[in-house]
Amino acid sequence: MILCETIKSKMEAIRSEFPTEQALLLPLLHEIQAKEGWVSEGAMREASEFLHLPLAKVKEVVTFYTMYNRKPVGKYHIQVCTNIACFLRGSDQLVACFEKKLGISCGETTADRKFTLSEVECLAACGTAPVMQVNNDYHENLDESSCQALIDRLS
Amino acid sequence: MSELFLTTKDQIADSHTLSVYRSKLQGYAGLERALTMTRDEVVDQVKKSNLRGRGGAGFPTGMKWSFMPKEPKHPDGSPKPKYLVCNADEGEPGTFKDRLLLNRYPHRLIEGMAIAAHAIGASRGWIYVRGEFYQEIVILKKALEEAYAQGFLGKNIMGKGFDFELSIYRGAGAYICGEETALLNSLEGKRGEPRLKPPFPAMVGAFGMPTCVNNVETFCSVVGILRDGPEAFAKVGTERSGGTRLFCVSGHVEKPGVYELPLNITLRDLISHCGGVKDGKKLKAVIPGGASAPMLSAEEIDVAMDFDSLMKAGTMAGSGGVIVMDETVCIVEAAARLLKFYEHESCGQCSQCREGSHWLARLFHRIETGHGDTKDLDTIARLCSNMAGQTICAFADAVTGPALSSLKKFRKEFEAHITGGCCPLKKPGQKAPHFLEHHDHVAL
Ligand SMILES: Cc1cc2nc3c(=O)[nH]c(=O)nc-3n(C[C@H](O)[C@H](O)[C@H](O)COP(=O)(O)O)c2cc1C
Ligand code: FES
Repeated sequence: MILCETIKSKMEAIRSEFPTEQALLLPLLHEIQAKEGWVSEGAMREASEFLHLPLAKVKEVVTFYTMYNRKPVGKYHIQVCTNIACFLRGSDQLVACFEKKLGISCGETTADRKFTLSEVECLAACGTAPVMQVNNDYHENLDESSCQALIDRLS
Repeated sequence: MSELFLTTKDQIADSHTLSVYRSKLQGYAGLERALTMTRDEVVDQVKKSNLRGRGGAGFPTGMKWSFMPKEPKHPDGSPKPKYLVCNADEGEPGTFKDRLLLNRYPHRLIEGMAIAAHAIGASRGWIYVRGEFYQEIVILKKALEEAYAQGFLGKNIMGKGFDFELSIYRGAGAYICGEETALLNSLEGKRGEPRLKPPFPAMVGAFGMPTCVNNVETFCSVVGILRDGPEAFAKVGTERSGGTRLFCVSGHVEKPGVYELPLNITLRDLISHCGGVKDGKKLKAVIPGGASAPMLSAEEIDVAMDFDSLMKAGTMAGSGGVIVMDETVCIVEAAARLLKFYEHESCGQCSQCREGSHWLARLFHRIETGHGDTKDLDTIARLCSNMAGQTICAFADAVTGPALSSLKKFRKEFEAHITGGCCPLKKPGQKAPHFLEHHDHVAL
Protein backbone atom coordinates (compact mmCIF):
# COMPACT_ATOMS: atom_id res chain seq x y z
CA MET A 1 0.00 0.00 0.00
CA ILE A 2 1.40 3.31 -1.08
CA LEU A 3 -1.52 5.28 0.34
CA CYS A 4 -0.72 4.79 3.98
CA GLU A 5 -2.76 6.09 6.90
CA THR A 6 -0.56 9.18 7.16
CA ILE A 7 -1.33 10.22 3.59
CA LYS A 8 -5.00 9.39 3.96
CA SER A 9 -5.36 11.44 7.11
CA LYS A 10 -3.59 14.37 5.43
CA MET A 11 -6.20 14.20 2.69
CA GLU A 12 -9.05 14.06 5.20
CA ALA A 13 -7.63 17.15 6.90
CA ILE A 14 -7.96 19.24 3.73
CA ARG A 15 -11.05 17.62 2.22
CA SER A 16 -13.38 20.35 3.48
CA GLU A 17 -11.35 23.01 1.66
CA PHE A 18 -12.78 21.91 -1.68
CA PRO A 19 -16.27 21.48 -3.09
CA THR A 20 -15.22 18.35 -5.05
CA GLU A 21 -13.24 15.23 -4.26
CA GLN A 22 -11.35 15.46 -7.56
CA ALA A 23 -9.60 18.64 -6.35
CA LEU A 24 -7.65 16.45 -3.93
CA LEU A 25 -5.83 14.81 -6.83
CA LEU A 26 -2.88 17.20 -7.13
CA PRO A 27 -2.30 17.33 -3.35
CA LEU A 28 -2.54 13.54 -3.19
CA LEU A 29 -0.01 13.07 -5.99
CA HIS A 30 2.36 15.48 -4.21
CA GLU A 31 2.10 13.38 -1.07
CA ILE A 32 2.72 10.19 -3.00
CA GLN A 33 5.79 11.66 -4.63
CA ALA A 34 7.10 13.04 -1.33
CA LYS A 35 6.91 9.52 0.09
CA GLU A 36 8.02 7.45 -2.92
CA GLY A 37 10.11 9.86 -4.95
CA TRP A 38 7.96 9.21 -8.01
CA VAL A 39 4.45 8.27 -9.10
CA SER A 40 4.20 4.68 -10.22
CA GLU A 41 1.45 2.94 -12.14
CA GLY A 42 0.40 1.24 -8.91
CA ALA A 43 0.26 4.56 -7.08
CA MET A 44 -1.97 5.97 -9.81
CA ARG A 45 -4.33 3.02 -9.43
CA GLU A 46 -4.52 3.52 -5.66
CA ALA A 47 -5.12 7.24 -6.14
CA SER A 48 -7.94 6.56 -8.56
CA GLU A 49 -9.62 4.21 -6.12
CA PHE A 50 -9.16 6.53 -3.17
CA LEU A 51 -10.67 9.52 -5.00
CA HIS A 52 -13.28 7.50 -6.91
CA LEU A 53 -11.90 8.69 -10.24
CA PRO A 54 -11.41 6.75 -13.46
CA LEU A 55 -7.75 5.75 -13.81
CA ALA A 56 -7.54 7.79 -17.02
CA LYS A 57 -8.33 10.99 -15.09
CA VAL A 58 -5.38 10.31 -12.83
CA LYS A 59 -3.02 9.35 -15.65
CA GLU A 60 -3.85 12.36 -17.75
CA VAL A 61 -3.00 14.60 -14.81
CA VAL A 62 0.23 12.82 -13.91
CA THR A 63 1.43 13.11 -17.51
CA PHE A 64 0.42 16.76 -17.85
CA TYR A 65 2.47 18.19 -15.01
CA THR A 66 6.26 18.09 -15.23
CA MET A 67 6.87 17.85 -11.49
CA TYR A 68 5.41 14.37 -11.19
CA ASN A 69 8.22 11.93 -11.93
CA ARG A 70 7.08 8.91 -13.87
CA LYS A 71 10.39 7.13 -13.29
CA PRO A 72 12.31 6.85 -10.04
CA VAL A 73 14.85 9.63 -9.58
CA GLY A 74 18.07 9.75 -7.60
CA LYS A 75 18.28 10.77 -3.96
CA TYR A 76 19.17 14.26 -5.13
CA HIS A 77 17.27 15.60 -8.09
CA ILE A 78 19.29 18.44 -9.57
CA GLN A 79 17.21 20.66 -11.83
CA VAL A 80 19.12 23.41 -13.58
CA CYS A 81 17.18 26.28 -15.07
CA THR A 82 18.26 26.90 -18.66
CA ASN A 83 15.67 29.49 -19.54
CA ILE A 84 16.55 32.95 -20.81
CA ALA A 85 17.85 34.79 -17.74
CA CYS A 86 19.87 31.83 -16.51
CA PHE A 87 21.15 31.23 -20.04
CA LEU A 88 22.38 34.84 -20.15
CA ARG A 89 24.20 34.23 -16.88
CA GLY A 90 25.89 30.99 -17.88
CA SER A 91 23.52 28.10 -17.13
CA ASP A 92 24.88 26.07 -20.06
CA GLN A 93 28.30 25.96 -18.42
CA LEU A 94 26.68 24.69 -15.23
CA VAL A 95 24.91 21.91 -17.09
CA ALA A 96 28.17 20.95 -18.77
CA CYS A 97 29.94 21.05 -15.40
CA PHE A 98 27.37 18.73 -13.80
CA GLU A 99 27.41 16.38 -16.77
CA LYS A 100 31.16 16.08 -16.52
CA LYS A 101 31.31 15.80 -12.76
CA LEU A 102 28.52 13.23 -12.52
CA GLY A 103 29.32 11.40 -15.74
CA ILE A 104 25.71 11.52 -16.93
CA SER A 105 23.68 13.56 -19.39
CA CYS A 106 20.61 15.60 -18.66
CA GLY A 107 17.65 13.33 -18.00
CA GLU A 108 19.84 10.57 -16.52
CA THR A 109 20.51 9.17 -13.06
CA THR A 110 23.90 8.08 -11.73
CA ALA A 111 24.49 4.34 -11.32
CA ASP A 112 24.53 4.65 -7.51
CA ARG A 113 21.06 6.31 -7.77
CA LYS A 114 22.33 9.32 -5.89
CA PHE A 115 21.88 12.03 -8.50
CA THR A 116 19.45 12.75 -11.28
CA LEU A 117 20.22 15.70 -13.54
CA SER A 118 17.59 17.59 -15.49
CA GLU A 119 16.89 20.91 -17.05
CA VAL A 120 13.90 22.97 -15.90
CA GLU A 121 12.15 26.01 -17.23
CA CYS A 122 12.23 29.34 -15.41
CA LEU A 123 12.11 28.89 -11.63
CA ALA A 124 11.06 32.50 -10.99
CA ALA A 125 14.39 33.42 -9.44
CA CYS A 126 15.96 35.09 -12.49
CA GLY A 127 17.43 37.96 -10.46
CA THR A 128 19.84 35.53 -8.83
CA ALA A 129 20.62 33.56 -11.99
CA PRO A 130 21.90 31.02 -12.68
CA VAL A 131 19.62 29.00 -10.47
CA MET A 132 18.82 25.38 -9.76
CA GLN A 133 16.53 23.42 -7.53
CA VAL A 134 17.80 20.38 -5.66
CA ASN A 135 14.82 18.48 -4.26
CA ASN A 136 12.82 21.19 -2.47
CA ASP A 137 15.57 23.78 -2.17
CA TYR A 138 16.64 26.60 -4.45
CA HIS A 139 20.34 27.31 -5.01
CA GLU A 140 21.02 30.73 -6.48
CA ASN A 141 23.87 32.87 -7.82
CA LEU A 142 25.67 29.72 -8.87
CA ASP A 143 28.99 29.25 -10.58
CA GLU A 144 31.02 26.20 -11.49
CA SER A 145 32.91 26.09 -8.21
CA SER A 146 29.77 26.28 -6.06
CA CYS A 147 28.27 23.45 -8.11
CA GLN A 148 31.40 21.33 -7.72
CA ALA A 149 31.38 22.01 -3.98
CA LEU A 150 27.73 21.04 -3.68
CA ILE A 151 28.28 17.69 -5.41
CA ASP A 152 31.29 17.01 -3.21
CA ARG A 153 29.22 17.75 -0.12
CA LEU A 154 26.32 15.52 -1.18
CA SER A 155 28.42 12.64 -2.50
CA MET B 1 12.40 58.79 -4.35
CA SER B 2 8.71 58.16 -4.55
CA GLU B 3 6.51 56.49 -2.00
CA LEU B 4 6.71 52.72 -1.60
CA PHE B 5 3.55 50.66 -1.30
CA LEU B 6 4.85 47.10 -1.49
CA THR B 7 8.36 47.02 -0.09
CA THR B 8 10.43 49.06 2.33
CA LYS B 9 13.66 50.90 1.65
CA ASP B 10 15.54 48.83 4.16
CA GLN B 11 14.48 45.28 4.64
CA ILE B 12 12.63 44.70 7.91
CA ALA B 13 13.65 41.53 9.71
CA ASP B 14 10.94 38.89 10.15
CA SER B 15 8.42 40.86 8.11
CA HIS B 16 6.75 37.55 7.30
CA THR B 17 5.54 37.13 10.88
CA LEU B 18 2.24 38.49 12.05
CA SER B 19 3.75 40.36 14.97
CA VAL B 20 6.23 42.31 12.83
CA TYR B 21 3.64 42.86 10.11
CA ARG B 22 1.31 44.34 12.74
CA SER B 23 3.87 46.40 14.64
CA LYS B 24 6.06 47.74 11.83
CA LEU B 25 3.96 47.57 8.68
CA GLN B 26 0.51 48.68 9.90
CA GLY B 27 -0.67 45.15 9.26
CA TYR B 28 -4.40 44.57 8.82
CA ALA B 29 -5.23 48.28 9.14
CA GLY B 30 -6.38 48.21 5.50
CA LEU B 31 -8.76 45.36 6.20
CA GLU B 32 -10.04 47.07 9.31
CA ARG B 33 -10.91 50.17 7.30
CA ALA B 34 -12.38 48.15 4.43
CA LEU B 35 -14.73 46.37 6.83
CA THR B 36 -16.23 49.73 7.86
CA MET B 37 -17.23 50.30 4.23
CA THR B 38 -19.88 48.74 2.02
CA ARG B 39 -18.79 46.44 -0.77
CA ASP B 40 -19.42 49.06 -3.42
CA GLU B 41 -17.40 51.61 -1.49
CA VAL B 42 -14.40 49.28 -1.43
CA VAL B 43 -14.67 48.64 -5.17
CA ASP B 44 -14.96 52.38 -5.69
CA GLN B 45 -11.73 53.02 -3.76
CA VAL B 46 -9.89 50.53 -5.93
CA LYS B 47 -11.32 52.07 -9.10
CA LYS B 48 -10.18 55.51 -7.97
CA SER B 49 -6.63 54.26 -7.39
CA ASN B 50 -6.30 53.33 -11.11
CA LEU B 51 -4.77 50.03 -10.08
CA ARG B 52 -4.31 47.71 -13.02
CA GLY B 53 -3.68 44.00 -12.61
CA ARG B 54 -0.04 43.01 -12.24
CA GLY B 55 -0.44 39.48 -13.59
CA GLY B 56 0.15 40.33 -17.22
CA ALA B 57 -2.87 41.78 -18.96
CA GLY B 58 -3.07 45.00 -16.92
CA PHE B 59 -6.83 44.83 -16.55
CA PRO B 60 -8.29 47.51 -14.22
CA THR B 61 -8.79 45.75 -10.88
CA GLY B 62 -11.77 47.75 -9.64
CA MET B 63 -13.59 47.06 -12.88
CA LYS B 64 -12.85 43.34 -12.67
CA TRP B 65 -14.29 43.26 -9.16
CA SER B 66 -17.41 45.11 -10.27
CA PHE B 67 -18.09 42.40 -12.89
CA MET B 68 -18.78 39.87 -10.14
CA PRO B 69 -22.51 39.16 -9.89
CA LYS B 70 -24.10 40.59 -6.74
CA GLU B 71 -26.44 37.79 -5.65
CA PRO B 72 -25.87 34.80 -7.95
CA LYS B 73 -28.42 32.01 -7.59
CA HIS B 74 -28.72 28.39 -8.59
CA PRO B 75 -31.68 27.53 -10.86
CA ASP B 76 -33.61 26.46 -7.74
CA GLY B 77 -33.23 29.93 -6.25
CA SER B 78 -30.65 29.00 -3.57
CA PRO B 79 -27.60 31.30 -3.38
CA LYS B 80 -24.42 30.37 -5.26
CA PRO B 81 -21.12 30.75 -3.44
CA LYS B 82 -18.56 33.16 -4.91
CA TYR B 83 -14.86 32.38 -4.92
CA LEU B 84 -11.65 34.35 -4.90
CA VAL B 85 -8.41 32.98 -6.32
CA CYS B 86 -4.87 34.31 -6.09
CA ASN B 87 -2.61 33.58 -9.02
CA ALA B 88 0.78 32.78 -7.48
CA ASP B 89 1.87 30.55 -10.33
CA GLU B 90 4.60 33.00 -11.37
CA GLY B 91 6.04 31.30 -14.41
CA GLU B 92 6.62 33.96 -17.03
CA PRO B 93 10.38 33.79 -17.69
CA GLY B 94 12.03 36.90 -16.27
CA THR B 95 9.47 37.38 -13.48
CA PHE B 96 10.32 36.82 -9.82
CA LYS B 97 8.42 39.36 -7.75
CA ASP B 98 5.59 37.21 -6.39
CA ARG B 99 8.21 34.97 -4.83
CA LEU B 100 9.60 37.96 -2.95
CA LEU B 101 6.13 39.01 -1.79
CA LEU B 102 5.33 35.48 -0.60
CA ASN B 103 8.62 35.23 1.25
CA ARG B 104 8.55 38.62 2.94
CA TYR B 105 4.93 39.74 3.12
CA PRO B 106 2.61 36.72 3.19
CA HIS B 107 0.26 38.58 5.54
CA ARG B 108 -0.09 41.45 3.09
CA LEU B 109 -1.35 38.98 0.52
CA ILE B 110 -3.79 37.50 3.03
CA GLU B 111 -4.97 40.98 4.01
CA GLY B 112 -5.41 42.00 0.36
CA MET B 113 -7.40 38.85 -0.35
CA ALA B 114 -9.63 39.39 2.67
CA ILE B 115 -10.33 42.94 1.44
CA ALA B 116 -11.13 41.62 -2.03
CA ALA B 117 -13.33 38.87 -0.61
CA HIS B 118 -15.33 41.47 1.27
CA ALA B 119 -15.61 43.64 -1.86
CA ILE B 120 -16.93 40.86 -4.10
CA GLY B 121 -18.75 38.85 -1.43
CA ALA B 122 -16.61 35.73 -1.67
CA SER B 123 -16.94 33.12 1.05
CA ARG B 124 -13.84 31.11 0.14
CA GLY B 125 -10.53 31.56 -1.57
CA TRP B 126 -7.46 29.69 -2.68
CA ILE B 127 -3.90 30.77 -3.27
CA TYR B 128 -2.62 28.78 -6.24
CA VAL B 129 1.16 28.62 -5.77
CA ARG B 130 3.53 27.12 -8.30
CA GLY B 131 4.74 23.73 -7.12
CA GLU B 132 8.43 24.63 -7.10
CA PHE B 133 7.84 27.26 -4.37
CA TYR B 134 8.17 24.72 -1.59
CA GLN B 135 9.76 27.09 0.95
CA GLU B 136 7.32 29.87 0.09
CA ILE B 137 4.43 27.50 0.77
CA VAL B 138 5.89 26.67 4.19
CA ILE B 139 6.01 30.40 5.02
CA LEU B 140 2.54 31.02 3.65
CA LYS B 141 1.07 28.10 5.61
CA LYS B 142 2.44 29.48 8.83
CA ALA B 143 1.02 32.90 8.00
CA LEU B 144 -2.42 31.42 7.32
CA GLU B 145 -2.34 29.66 10.69
CA GLU B 146 -1.45 32.93 12.43
CA ALA B 147 -4.17 34.83 10.58
CA TYR B 148 -6.80 32.23 11.51
CA ALA B 149 -5.66 32.21 15.14
CA GLN B 150 -5.89 36.01 15.40
CA GLY B 151 -9.27 36.26 13.71
CA PHE B 152 -8.18 37.79 10.39
CA LEU B 153 -9.54 34.76 8.56
CA GLY B 154 -12.36 32.35 9.28
CA LYS B 155 -15.66 33.24 10.93
CA ASN B 156 -16.64 36.73 12.06
CA ILE B 157 -13.40 38.40 10.95
CA MET B 158 -12.31 41.27 13.24
CA GLY B 159 -15.69 40.94 14.94
CA LYS B 160 -17.42 42.44 11.90
CA GLY B 161 -19.60 39.47 10.98
CA PHE B 162 -17.63 38.74 7.81
CA ASP B 163 -16.60 35.15 7.03
CA PHE B 164 -13.82 34.13 4.67
CA GLU B 165 -11.97 30.81 4.42
CA LEU B 166 -8.60 30.74 2.66
CA SER B 167 -6.26 27.89 1.74
CA ILE B 168 -3.30 27.02 -0.45
CA TYR B 169 -3.28 24.90 -3.58
CA ARG B 170 0.07 23.70 -4.87
CA GLY B 171 0.63 23.51 -8.62
CA ALA B 172 2.81 20.85 -10.19
CA GLY B 173 4.95 22.42 -12.88
CA ALA B 174 3.12 23.81 -15.89
CA TYR B 175 3.61 27.35 -17.16
CA ILE B 176 0.15 27.39 -18.73
CA CYS B 177 -1.46 27.16 -15.28
CA GLY B 178 -0.65 30.87 -14.92
CA GLU B 179 -3.38 31.50 -17.48
CA GLU B 180 -6.37 32.03 -15.26
CA THR B 181 -8.80 29.50 -16.73
CA ALA B 182 -6.09 26.82 -16.95
CA LEU B 183 -5.38 27.62 -13.30
CA LEU B 184 -9.04 27.03 -12.44
CA ASN B 185 -9.00 23.63 -14.13
CA SER B 186 -5.83 22.75 -12.26
CA LEU B 187 -7.41 23.84 -8.97
CA GLU B 188 -10.20 21.37 -9.71
CA GLY B 189 -7.65 18.56 -9.92
CA LYS B 190 -7.59 18.42 -13.71
CA ARG B 191 -5.14 19.01 -16.53
CA GLY B 192 -4.30 22.69 -16.76
CA GLU B 193 -5.97 23.37 -20.07
CA PRO B 194 -7.39 26.84 -20.67
CA ARG B 195 -11.16 27.16 -21.07
CA LEU B 196 -13.01 28.80 -23.89
CA LYS B 197 -14.34 32.22 -22.88
CA PRO B 198 -17.15 33.23 -22.53
CA PRO B 199 -18.33 32.26 -20.03
CA PHE B 200 -15.81 34.34 -18.10
CA PRO B 201 -14.70 33.26 -14.61
CA ALA B 202 -16.85 36.01 -13.10
CA MET B 203 -19.84 33.95 -14.24
CA VAL B 204 -18.53 30.37 -14.37
CA GLY B 205 -15.20 30.04 -12.58
CA ALA B 206 -13.78 27.62 -10.03
CA PHE B 207 -16.05 24.59 -9.53
CA GLY B 208 -18.62 26.28 -11.77
CA MET B 209 -19.12 29.25 -9.45
CA PRO B 210 -18.54 32.99 -10.01
CA THR B 211 -14.83 33.56 -9.40
CA CYS B 212 -12.41 36.45 -9.40
CA VAL B 213 -8.71 35.79 -10.12
CA ASN B 214 -5.96 38.29 -9.32
CA ASN B 215 -2.19 38.23 -9.15
CA VAL B 216 -0.24 38.30 -5.85
CA GLU B 217 1.09 41.80 -6.43
CA THR B 218 -2.38 43.09 -7.32
CA PHE B 219 -3.78 41.90 -3.98
CA CYS B 220 -0.79 43.32 -2.12
CA SER B 221 -1.27 46.70 -3.80
CA VAL B 222 -4.88 46.87 -2.64
CA VAL B 223 -3.87 46.93 1.03
CA GLY B 224 -2.28 50.40 1.02
CA ILE B 225 -5.10 51.78 -1.14
CA LEU B 226 -7.69 50.79 1.41
CA ARG B 227 -5.60 51.82 4.39
CA ASP B 228 -4.56 55.30 3.23
CA GLY B 229 -7.13 56.03 0.53
CA PRO B 230 -6.67 55.81 -3.24
CA GLU B 231 -5.24 59.28 -3.84
CA ALA B 232 -1.61 58.64 -2.90
CA PHE B 233 -1.52 55.54 -5.09
CA ALA B 234 -3.19 57.23 -8.06
CA LYS B 235 -0.79 60.16 -7.81
CA VAL B 236 2.18 57.93 -8.62
CA GLY B 237 2.33 56.47 -12.11
CA THR B 238 0.22 57.77 -14.97
CA GLU B 239 -3.33 58.94 -15.31
CA ARG B 240 -4.47 55.55 -16.53
CA SER B 241 -2.30 53.28 -14.43
CA GLY B 242 -1.67 54.18 -10.85
CA GLY B 243 1.01 53.28 -8.38
CA THR B 244 4.37 51.66 -8.30
CA ARG B 245 5.09 48.17 -9.53
CA LEU B 246 7.71 45.60 -8.80
CA PHE B 247 10.08 45.50 -11.74
CA CYS B 248 12.10 42.30 -11.98
CA VAL B 249 15.37 43.06 -13.70
CA SER B 250 17.54 40.18 -14.84
CA GLY B 251 20.23 39.37 -17.38
CA HIS B 252 23.13 41.68 -18.11
CA VAL B 253 22.80 44.45 -15.53
CA GLU B 254 25.17 45.18 -12.66
CA LYS B 255 22.55 44.73 -9.95
CA PRO B 256 19.74 42.42 -11.00
CA GLY B 257 16.78 42.16 -8.63
CA VAL B 258 13.30 43.33 -7.75
CA TYR B 259 12.80 47.11 -7.67
CA GLU B 260 9.66 48.94 -6.62
CA LEU B 261 9.40 52.03 -8.82
CA PRO B 262 6.70 54.31 -10.23
CA LEU B 263 5.03 52.90 -13.31
CA ASN B 264 6.07 55.81 -15.48
CA ILE B 265 9.82 55.37 -15.07
CA THR B 266 11.55 54.99 -18.43
CA LEU B 267 13.32 51.81 -19.40
CA ARG B 268 16.58 53.73 -19.70
CA ASP B 269 16.28 55.04 -16.14
CA LEU B 270 15.32 51.61 -14.87
CA ILE B 271 18.46 50.08 -16.35
CA SER B 272 20.61 52.83 -14.83
CA HIS B 273 18.83 52.29 -11.53
CA CYS B 274 20.14 48.71 -11.67
CA GLY B 275 23.70 49.93 -12.14
CA GLY B 276 23.63 49.92 -15.92
CA VAL B 277 24.70 47.22 -18.33
CA LYS B 278 27.04 44.70 -16.73
CA ASP B 279 30.80 45.21 -17.10
CA GLY B 280 30.28 48.43 -19.05
CA LYS B 281 29.25 46.54 -22.17
CA LYS B 282 26.92 47.92 -24.79
CA LEU B 283 23.23 47.24 -24.64
CA LYS B 284 21.75 45.17 -27.45
CA ALA B 285 18.14 44.39 -26.62
CA VAL B 286 15.64 44.35 -23.76
CA ILE B 287 12.54 42.27 -23.18
CA PRO B 288 10.45 44.71 -21.12
CA GLY B 289 7.55 42.66 -19.71
CA GLY B 290 8.37 38.98 -19.36
CA ALA B 291 9.34 36.53 -22.08
CA SER B 292 6.13 37.03 -24.05
CA ALA B 293 6.70 40.75 -24.56
CA PRO B 294 8.21 41.67 -27.93
CA MET B 295 11.83 42.76 -27.51
CA LEU B 296 13.05 46.32 -27.86
CA SER B 297 16.35 47.26 -29.42
CA ALA B 298 18.91 49.47 -27.64
CA GLU B 299 17.56 52.52 -29.50
CA GLU B 300 14.06 52.04 -28.15
CA ILE B 301 14.62 52.34 -24.40
CA ASP B 302 13.38 55.89 -23.89
CA VAL B 303 9.92 54.52 -23.33
CA ALA B 304 7.94 54.76 -20.10
CA MET B 305 7.19 51.41 -18.45
CA ASP B 306 3.44 51.89 -17.98
CA PHE B 307 0.94 49.68 -19.82
CA ASP B 308 -0.12 52.25 -22.42
CA SER B 309 3.32 53.57 -23.34
CA LEU B 310 4.73 50.09 -23.86
CA MET B 311 1.70 49.10 -25.90
CA LYS B 312 2.27 52.14 -28.09
CA ALA B 313 5.89 51.05 -28.53
CA GLY B 314 4.62 47.75 -29.94
CA THR B 315 5.37 45.64 -26.89
CA MET B 316 3.78 45.16 -23.47
CA ALA B 317 4.25 45.79 -19.77
CA GLY B 318 3.13 42.23 -19.03
CA SER B 319 4.39 40.83 -15.76
CA GLY B 320 7.12 43.40 -15.11
CA GLY B 321 10.00 41.11 -16.03
CA VAL B 322 12.77 43.11 -17.67
CA ILE B 323 15.43 40.97 -19.33
CA VAL B 324 18.53 42.87 -20.41
CA MET B 325 20.85 41.55 -23.14
CA ASP B 326 24.26 43.01 -23.93
CA GLU B 327 26.18 43.12 -27.21
CA THR B 328 27.64 39.64 -26.78
CA VAL B 329 24.25 37.93 -26.98
CA CYS B 330 23.25 36.12 -30.14
CA ILE B 331 19.64 37.20 -30.57
CA VAL B 332 18.83 34.12 -32.63
CA GLU B 333 20.02 31.89 -29.83
CA ALA B 334 18.17 33.88 -27.16
CA ALA B 335 14.94 33.71 -29.17
CA ALA B 336 15.51 30.02 -29.90
CA ARG B 337 15.80 29.40 -26.19
CA LEU B 338 12.45 31.07 -25.57
CA LEU B 339 10.76 29.23 -28.41
CA LYS B 340 11.97 25.92 -27.04
CA PHE B 341 10.34 26.92 -23.76
CA TYR B 342 7.03 27.64 -25.49
CA GLU B 343 7.19 24.40 -27.43
CA HIS B 344 7.61 22.54 -24.15
CA GLU B 345 4.81 24.43 -22.41
CA SER B 346 2.06 24.52 -25.06
CA CYS B 347 -0.82 22.54 -23.56
CA GLY B 348 -1.59 21.08 -26.98
CA GLN B 349 -5.32 21.76 -27.09
CA CYS B 350 -5.29 24.05 -30.13
CA SER B 351 -3.55 22.79 -33.24
CA GLN B 352 -2.23 26.20 -34.31
CA CYS B 353 -0.40 26.58 -31.02
CA ARG B 354 0.72 22.98 -30.62
CA GLU B 355 2.10 22.71 -34.16
CA GLY B 356 3.13 26.34 -34.48
CA SER B 357 5.22 26.42 -31.32
CA HIS B 358 6.84 23.14 -32.33
CA TRP B 359 7.78 24.33 -35.81
CA LEU B 360 8.97 27.72 -34.59
CA ALA B 361 11.28 26.03 -32.10
CA ARG B 362 12.63 23.81 -34.91
CA LEU B 363 13.12 26.70 -37.30
CA PHE B 364 14.94 28.89 -34.80
CA HIS B 365 17.12 25.98 -33.78
CA ARG B 366 17.91 25.24 -37.40
CA ILE B 367 18.88 28.83 -38.13
CA GLU B 368 20.96 29.14 -34.95
CA THR B 369 22.96 26.05 -35.82
CA GLY B 370 23.65 27.33 -39.33
CA HIS B 371 21.31 25.04 -41.22
CA GLY B 372 18.67 27.64 -42.01
CA ASP B 373 17.38 28.81 -45.33
CA THR B 374 16.24 32.28 -46.40
CA LYS B 375 12.78 30.84 -46.97
CA ASP B 376 12.63 29.98 -43.25
CA LEU B 377 12.30 33.67 -42.43
CA ASP B 378 9.06 33.89 -44.38
CA THR B 379 7.87 30.66 -42.85
CA ILE B 380 8.36 32.13 -39.36
CA ALA B 381 6.16 35.10 -40.22
CA ARG B 382 3.56 32.86 -41.84
CA LEU B 383 3.40 30.49 -38.87
CA CYS B 384 2.99 33.40 -36.47
CA SER B 385 0.15 34.91 -38.49
CA ASN B 386 -1.74 31.66 -38.03
CA MET B 387 -1.23 31.68 -34.26
CA ALA B 388 -1.94 35.08 -32.74
CA GLY B 389 -5.61 35.53 -31.94
CA GLN B 390 -6.54 32.13 -33.34
CA THR B 391 -6.58 30.03 -30.20
CA ILE B 392 -8.44 29.43 -26.93
CA CYS B 393 -5.99 31.43 -24.81
CA ALA B 394 -3.31 34.07 -25.26
CA PHE B 395 -0.42 31.61 -25.08
CA ALA B 396 -0.12 31.49 -28.87
CA ASP B 397 0.05 35.29 -28.98
CA ALA B 398 2.81 35.10 -26.40
CA VAL B 399 4.85 32.76 -28.60
CA THR B 400 4.80 35.21 -31.46
CA GLY B 401 6.19 37.99 -29.20
CA PRO B 402 9.83 36.89 -29.18
CA ALA B 403 9.59 35.18 -32.60
CA LEU B 404 8.41 38.16 -34.61
CA SER B 405 10.20 40.92 -32.71
CA SER B 406 13.60 39.25 -32.87
CA LEU B 407 13.22 38.67 -36.59
CA LYS B 408 11.94 42.16 -37.30
CA LYS B 409 14.54 44.01 -35.27
CA PHE B 410 17.55 41.77 -35.80
CA ARG B 411 16.89 40.36 -39.26
CA LYS B 412 20.50 40.92 -40.27
CA GLU B 413 21.63 38.49 -37.58
CA PHE B 414 19.31 35.82 -38.89
CA GLU B 415 20.59 36.40 -42.40
CA ALA B 416 24.20 36.20 -41.24
CA HIS B 417 23.51 32.78 -39.69
CA ILE B 418 21.98 31.59 -42.94
CA THR B 419 24.59 32.92 -45.35
CA GLY B 420 27.55 32.10 -43.08
CA GLY B 421 26.29 28.63 -42.19
CA CYS B 422 27.07 29.22 -38.51
CA CYS B 423 26.51 31.62 -35.65
CA PRO B 424 28.73 34.65 -36.32
CA LEU B 425 29.12 35.33 -32.60
CA LYS B 426 30.55 31.96 -31.68
CA LYS B 427 34.04 30.65 -32.14
CA PRO B 428 34.31 27.93 -34.77
CA GLY B 429 33.21 24.61 -33.35
CA GLN B 430 31.60 26.19 -30.30
CA LYS B 431 28.00 25.22 -29.84
CA ALA B 432 25.80 25.73 -26.89
CA PRO B 433 25.61 22.27 -25.29
CA HIS B 434 21.95 22.89 -24.80
CA PHE B 435 21.35 22.77 -28.50
CA LEU B 436 23.04 19.53 -29.36
CA GLU B 437 19.70 17.83 -29.18
CA HIS B 438 16.21 18.45 -27.93
CA HIS B 439 16.19 16.93 -24.47
CA ASP B 440 12.90 15.36 -23.62
CA HIS B 441 11.99 16.89 -20.27
CA VAL B 442 8.89 14.73 -19.96
CA ALA B 443 10.85 11.50 -20.01
CA LEU B 444 11.47 11.71 -16.29
C1 LIG C 1 0.12 31.98 -21.02
C2 LIG C 1 -0.25 32.85 -19.86
C3 LIG C 1 0.46 32.77 -18.67
C4 LIG C 1 0.14 33.56 -17.58
N1 LIG C 1 0.87 33.44 -16.43
C5 LIG C 1 0.53 34.19 -15.34
C6 LIG C 1 1.25 34.06 -14.12
O1 LIG C 1 2.19 33.26 -14.00
N2 LIG C 1 0.86 34.81 -13.06
C7 LIG C 1 -0.19 35.70 -13.14
O2 LIG C 1 -0.52 36.34 -12.17
N3 LIG C 1 -0.88 35.85 -14.30
C8 LIG C 1 -0.55 35.12 -15.40
N4 LIG C 1 -1.28 35.26 -16.55
C9 LIG C 1 -2.41 36.22 -16.57
C10 LIG C 1 -3.67 35.60 -15.98
O3 LIG C 1 -4.37 34.91 -17.01
C11 LIG C 1 -4.62 36.64 -15.42
O4 LIG C 1 -4.83 37.61 -16.37
C12 LIG C 1 -4.12 37.29 -14.16
O5 LIG C 1 -3.81 36.34 -13.18
C13 LIG C 1 -5.17 38.21 -13.62
O6 LIG C 1 -4.67 38.91 -12.50
P1 LIG C 1 -4.58 40.50 -12.47
O7 LIG C 1 -5.89 41.04 -12.99
O8 LIG C 1 -4.38 40.80 -11.04
O9 LIG C 1 -3.45 40.87 -13.34
C14 LIG C 1 -0.94 34.48 -17.67
C15 LIG C 1 -1.64 34.58 -18.87
C16 LIG C 1 -1.31 33.78 -19.96
C17 LIG C 1 -2.11 33.91 -21.22
S1 FES D 1 15.29 32.09 -16.19
FE1 FES D 1 16.20 30.83 -14.70
S2 FES D 1 15.04 31.33 -12.95
FE2 FES D 1 14.06 32.51 -14.48
